[in-house]
Amino acid sequence: MRFREGPLGDLKVPLTWTAAVALIVAAVIGVAFLLADRRETLQEQAYGVTRQTVDTVARPVSGAIAAPGRWTGLGLDYVRSYFFTASENRRLKTELAEMRQWRDRALALQDQNDRFKSLLGLRTDPPIPMASARVVSDSRGPFANTRLADAGSERGIVVGNPVLNERGLVGRVVGVSRGVSRVLLLTDIASRTPVMIDRTNARAILTGDGGPNPKLEYLRGVDPIQQGDRVVTSGDGGVVPRGLPVGAAVKGLDGRWRVVLFADQSSIDYVRILLFKDFAQLADEQQLQAKALPPVTTEDPKTSILSAPVAAPQPSAPKPPAPKPPASAAQPQAGAPR
Amino acid sequence: MSMSGARPLNPGRWLGVPMLMCIGATIVFAAPIRIWGLQLPEPVFAMVPAFAWAMIRPSILAPFALLVLGLFLDIFWGGPTGLWGLSLLVAYAMVLILRNAMTGQSRPMLWAWFAGVTGIAMIAGFLFTMLDSLAMPSLLAVFWQFLVTALLFPFAHRLVDRFEDADVRFR
Repeated sequence: MRFREGPLGDLKVPLTWTAAVALIVAAVIGVAFLLADRRETLQEQAYGVTRQTVDTVARPVSGAIAAPGRWTGLGLDYVRSYFFTASENRRLKTELAEMRQWRDRALALQDQNDRFKSLLGLRTDPPIPMASARVVSDSRGPFANTRLADAGSERGIVVGNPVLNERGLVGRVVGVSRGVSRVLLLTDIASRTPVMIDRTNARAILTGDGGPNPKLEYLRGVDPIQQGDRVVTSGDGGVVPRGLPVGAAVKGLDGRWRVVLFADQSSIDYVRILLFKDFAQLADEQQLQAKALPPVTTEDPKTSILSAPVAAPQPSAPKPPAPKPPASAAQPQAGAPR
Repeated sequence: MSMSGARPLNPGRWLGVPMLMCIGATIVFAAPIRIWGLQLPEPVFAMVPAFAWAMIRPSILAPFALLVLGLFLDIFWGGPTGLWGLSLLVAYAMVLILRNAMTGQSRPMLWAWFAGVTGIAMIAGFLFTMLDSLAMPSLLAVFWQFLVTALLFPFAHRLVDRFEDADVRFR
């Protein structure tokens, strides 16, 4: 039986008013969603099942849509490389000659660095494993800057992992499901990254605002920054490892210090996700949690100098003269040639 | 009012199909494609139905359809849940209130109205984001998205033209 043929068929309600009521109800639901949202906390629990499901569905769909564009780009690159081989060869030769000088310098510095490390007994960070992924979807609006990468929990990726491309830091993982992970870019309004100015070691917080160049906030120190200074991650707070390249400092039109991201200098088609969560994983956790105290080692009583008088107390007997050290072992005198 | 002019619209046609088209267009424009170093723009396609649905007729289903569309945008783009749902509803409410003033206007005037309503949606999104994230979004980025969204008016006009006369009670 159709509605209009039923007992309520003659019931008439003003549509404009019911539409207004529907609008208010929908708005209330929207407000409830916004208040319940915990995206800014960037916690694993805040990334709900709905988002995970949408990401999982979006990965193959967006991947298929992005494929023709990717193939076209590869085709254009191929054609370009075919037609510009000679000029590219010249450019590469020049670059290679320049790079050879840098290689020699890098080898010398590495050798020097290794010596310093061994002298100081430094414990350096172990290498961090990483997973490569392809970006399949990309949002660039003022209120959300995220990307979907086609690698997820099956590759060991967890929330908080830093993401890089070949030039520098891109962002970090805020949501993971099987086969896909959501990357919050440094430019997103919810992004906060502890960084430092490479030249002065001045600390700051890199704050996204939806634009292409995130702001540097809470800069400390007297004259801590100059135009073009290199900005790297500081590692403070254990969110990202120290020393990852971020960008170059520039003064914005609004008078604030901003960062031109290195990662934007190339396309972010492929990314590397560092399987790094915090500094705790760099230490041997089992060793740290070991309850057993190390054994107390004492001197061997037989070889101890204290045992000799105790073993043979002869107060009346004269002490044998101590042997003179050889002349070669003597300390050099002041002014003596070294 | 006589029911002789009543020709109830099929919700699947005037709500469902535009909704699916918006979702499809949003997914296509989210492809990570760069042409000569430039990325694709990111217009808010959902502004087209938000404007057109209110122009066509008042409806009970349309606000909920907009809310669903907004939630999809939030989840797909990775933004705060409810942000675009609320912003689109603000724009829809504005058109609904000003509907009598807009109806019958010339195409350039309607375009100006569309741009104005888009601006209101962007301002609403700006304010909601400020409240939610306690940070101010980049005005330049907001303006850029406003500009590319305002260019979508021909699609909204087409949708209004297609269904405006379907139910003469609301002319």
